[in-house]
Amino acid sequence: MLYAILCYDSEEVVEAWTKDQDDAVMKRLGAVQDELRAKGRLGPVARLMPTTAATSLRKGRETIVMDGPFAETKEQLLGFYVVECESLEEAIDTAKKLGGASGSHGTFEIRPLRYFAPNGSSPT
Amino acid sequence: MSELAWIGTALGAARPQVVGALLRYFRDLDLAEEAYQEACLRALKNWPQNGPPRDPASWLIFVGRNAAMDVVRRRKKQRDLPDEDAISDTDDAETSLAEGLDGAQYRDDVLRLLFICVHPEIPATQQIALALRIVCGLSVPQIARAFLVSEAAMEQRITRAKARIADANVPYETPGAPERAERLSAVASVLYLMFNEGYSAPNGESASARAPLCDEAIRLARILMRLFRHEPEIMGLTSLFLLQHARSAARFDAHGEIVLLEAQDRSRWDRALIDEGLALLDKALRHRRPDPYQVQAAIAALHARASRPEDTDWAQIDRLYATLERLAPSPVITLNRAVAVSKTRGAADALAMIEPLAPKLSGYFHFFGLKGALLLQLGRDAEARTAFGQAIALARTPAEAAHIRMHLDRLQADAKG
Repeated sequence: MLYAILCYDSEEVVEAWTKDQDDAVMKRLGAVQDELRAKGRLGPVARLMPTTAATSLRKGRETIVMDGPFAETKEQLLGFYVVECESLEEAIDTAKKLGGASGSHGTFEIRPLRYFAPNGSSPT
Repeated sequence: MSELAWIGTALGAARPQVVGALLRYFRDLDLAEEAYQEACLRALKNWPQNGPPRDPASWLIFVGRNAAMDVVRRRKKQRDLPDEDAISDTDDAETSLAEGLDGAQYRDDVLRLLFICVHPEIPATQQIALALRIVCGLSVPQIARAFLVSEAAMEQRITRAKARIADANVPYETPGAPERAERLSAVASVLYLMFNEGYSAPNGESASARAPLCDEAIRLARILMRLFRHEPEIMGLTSLFLLQHARSAARFDAHGEIVLLEAQDRSRWDRALIDEGLALLDKALRHRRPDPYQVQAAIAALHARASRPEDTDWAQIDRLYATLERLAPSPVITLNRAVAVSKTRGAADALAMIEPLAPKLSGYFHFFGLKGALLLQLGRDAEARTAFGQAIALARTPAEAAHIRMHLDRLQADAKG
């Protein structure tokens, strides 16, 4: 089963990391990714730009283009992984490893994938 | 990242909000700063044991406020110290405080704090120093190093600025919409000055000493952008910072000499910063409210988009400088525009453009540097030599002088050969 591991954390804190701190985190995360990649379990990995760089379309009678998202939440979606795991237990283990490597206090949401188009193929 | 490093980052990130809120309570900058420091000390003790609070800023405001109340009471000698346990047991109160603190209040606190630093009665250099001290929490030695002055002088500068604020009867009430817009522009301008102070370091060595100024300007711009979500001015400002800062690794050679844009190794530009700068600029331009920061960011973006110097879209840069001349006329901008004109229409047109600027820029190194370069292109070597000589006389740093001397040496060699 494919799982998306969605990384939530306080953007404010993550952005306040110095370059060295950030590099160190990325290096540790890279090591966990290499492990998964070696097993052929790693799909796309993405780190998102901050929500300040985001633009939203709100659908309605009229589609509105807005700056943001600026949800009044303490944590923001900062990035995601797609990994192949045998079970939820394994997905949780993987998320724990990633969490340990990032060393931050955020939340990882584990969501099984319903549909996946790695090469931009369309759903059949 | 270690626990302590995380806490340090969280404390620094929350600083503007916390000091801003404490200033609102106590209307005393020194007391607000002390209270923040005290709250940080308690966080260092408390957070590793109890885990980080849900909202670090609220926790710090709450604890800081209680700590400062102690101080105020002690000064008044009216009451005994409250029980320390009562203060550390803040969980419930802190949660309700977190709910009570909405975004609007944060916005006003941070803006008020920044606005106090840009008080019109304070000279610009003091404004930046004060903002670095109060809002960013940089130490006096750090700021002194960035401004290349002694610690004692910087201490005095900050003390004076604080005294002026205390005398000036700064209003603390929540500003209305027009005042806020006006203040935001004032704050944007101090961040712009702060960034430029860091960016225009005289030589490579002090560039690294001043780099924290650029980092702090970027950090504050990001905070403002988060607080004022639909302000193209702040998006443009942040974009400008990111696009400029992206080049910092390529701007100086191994000897600390300036490397001009055209000669920079573009593979050393920071792609992540450029991409974010471009994304923010695109967002800002959608608002269709152009201002000088957005236009400058657009110019920086055209340089960033060119993978080789010869790919630079000089015609577009010329048009953008023309826009900038309309929005914020200044001889220096016309001088910069002349560089673009020299690329699109040739040295003669560019020279015609800068000649009228001579009376206003007679003390400006770059005026004579560009004039000399244009004359050189036109084969007017003797006049070029004179202009370069004037440039060297006005050079503020050895690096600037060395750069011009290179032109002169080449002229000399050509004359001999």
